Amino acid sequence: MNFVDLDGVSLRYGEDGDGTLALQSATLGVAAGEFVAVVGPSGCGKSTLMKVVTGLWPPTAGTVMVSGKEVVAPLSIVGMAFQNPTLLPWRKTLDNVMLPLEIVQPHSGRLRSARATYVAKARDLLALVGLRGFEDSFPWQLSGGMQQRASLCRALIHDPELLMLDEPFAALDMFTREELWLALQDVFMARRPTVILVTHDLREAVFLADRVLVMSARPGRIIAERAVDLPRPRKLDITYEPYSVALVHALREHISAARATAA
Amino acid sequence: MATIEALDAPPKKPRKRPFLRRRAVRRALPWVVIVAIFVLWEVVVRAFQIEEFVLPAPSAVFAAGWEWRGPILENSWQTLLTTVVGFAFAVIFGLLTGVALGSSSLIYDGFYPALVGFNSIPKVAVIPILVIWFGIGTVPAIITAFLISFFPILVNVAAGIATVEPELKDVLRALGARPWQVILKVGLPRSMPYFFASLKVSITFAFVGSIVAETVASNKGIGNLMLVASSRFEVPLAFAGLLVTSIMGIGMYLVAEFIERRTTGWATRGADGGARRA
Repeated sequence: MNFVDLDGVSLRYGEDGDGTLALQSATLGVAAGEFVAVVGPSGCGKSTLMKVVTGLWPPTAGTVMVSGKEVVAPLSIVGMAFQNPTLLPWRKTLDNVMLPLEIVQPHSGRLRSARATYVAKARDLLALVGLRGFEDSFPWQLSGGMQQRASLCRALIHDPELLMLDEPFAALDMFTREELWLALQDVFMARRPTVILVTHDLREAVFLADRVLVMSARPGRIIAERAVDLPRPRKLDITYEPYSVALVHALREHISAARATAA
Repeated sequence: MATIEALDAPPKKPRKRPFLRRRAVRRALPWVVIVAIFVLWEVVVRAFQIEEFVLPAPSAVFAAGWEWRGPILENSWQTLLTTVVGFAFAVIFGLLTGVALGSSSLIYDGFYPALVGFNSIPKVAVIPILVIWFGIGTVPAIITAFLISFFPILVNVAAGIATVEPELKDVLRALGARPWQVILKVGLPRSMPYFFASLKVSITFAFVGSIVAETVASNKGIGNLMLVASSRFEVPLAFAGLLVTSIMGIGMYLVAEFIERRTTGWATRGADGGARRA
């Protein structure tokens, strides 16, 4: 029994069904506690996939099941992080991280009485990604990488069973990105959520994921699948070892092929 | 060779900041300008021997203001009260309708054209009708102040909410937030800078509204006082009324700005703010 199950899911934008077909009969399953990366050429519908899984967009055809239930409305067991940190500029870092607690049940009901516990939890999480001491800073006082870390904390604070990451590191420089890979790996190993990571960085996909899915150019379909058989915790050097390099090359071939058929 | 010599030259004494750049000078500048205007005004009136009932000198205006301080104080208090009450209604109504219009494109499309049409009616033209309904006095002035000042608030709040980045909304929607939660947590805070910008415009409008209404249809207030003064050719007193109005306007503007800076500092942060911690 998979935690996330997509069966023949298509999505066409536009009200009258004449818009772009962004996703075409995508079928995939993700087991509970599994880390899956989705890669593909740009504009292939990766972000659409995220929106369909989380229930932000209802699919045009097919069914989306999460945790054994069909998704018909936005899920509250999901933590999301996007390419932009999307922190609220009027809130301090700590308050930004605690935002989901104000909305998601049962936390929102308990927040007032157990505030100290939740604050401690948020501080621990910030410390885990290296943001200790920045709890009272406003987002614009943080660098891009720090904002993205805070955004990651916000995605995790309500202990989501499913973590959806939509190119969260794409806007960062390589060194910051690698640092955050490690931070994300720590979080993943500590809490074991189910993770779906959309990315166009193949090294990132191979370093972080248990399984990498390749999507075709628009309309997006899953065209290939590779398991990453590397023990955790993984070190950054691992991405330069022959096994990973070969894997990255193989994935690259798939994507080139996908782009060629599209053109 | 010239460049090398320049490098070898002994370091110059640190130069003093230019006079006009100093902070104290900057602070004093607005007052200097105001005083200069009054001085120039006084000089012009005396040099050309302008009659007092055409343009009174500032000295005559201040003298009249002091002489009539009792009625001026009483009437400006009346005007201030009228304006603030009308403005308060405008803030409440503007915020509520702004939120409604900004958060629903259905409401926006339906109501906005009607509101624009309504707003384009000159408010002065409405005052006689208000007098028929409510009689001469404070009520028409309050309503005029309200009518003239709510529209900028409404438009700005609606714009602030309608332009919330979709990603920001998605963050909340992906958590299962209800539409009212999205408005409360993102839309409203996000529109606050717009809201306060509109307050600064609106408060001045509200003064215009109440004073015009007092001039046309009241026996109280600074507008009425100025009307009476000019009909008796007490031109310095009429000018004193103008002066008091402008001081009240500045005062309310400063109040709005103070609240703005306290609550929406995140939107008006300085360029060097980012370096403070990071």
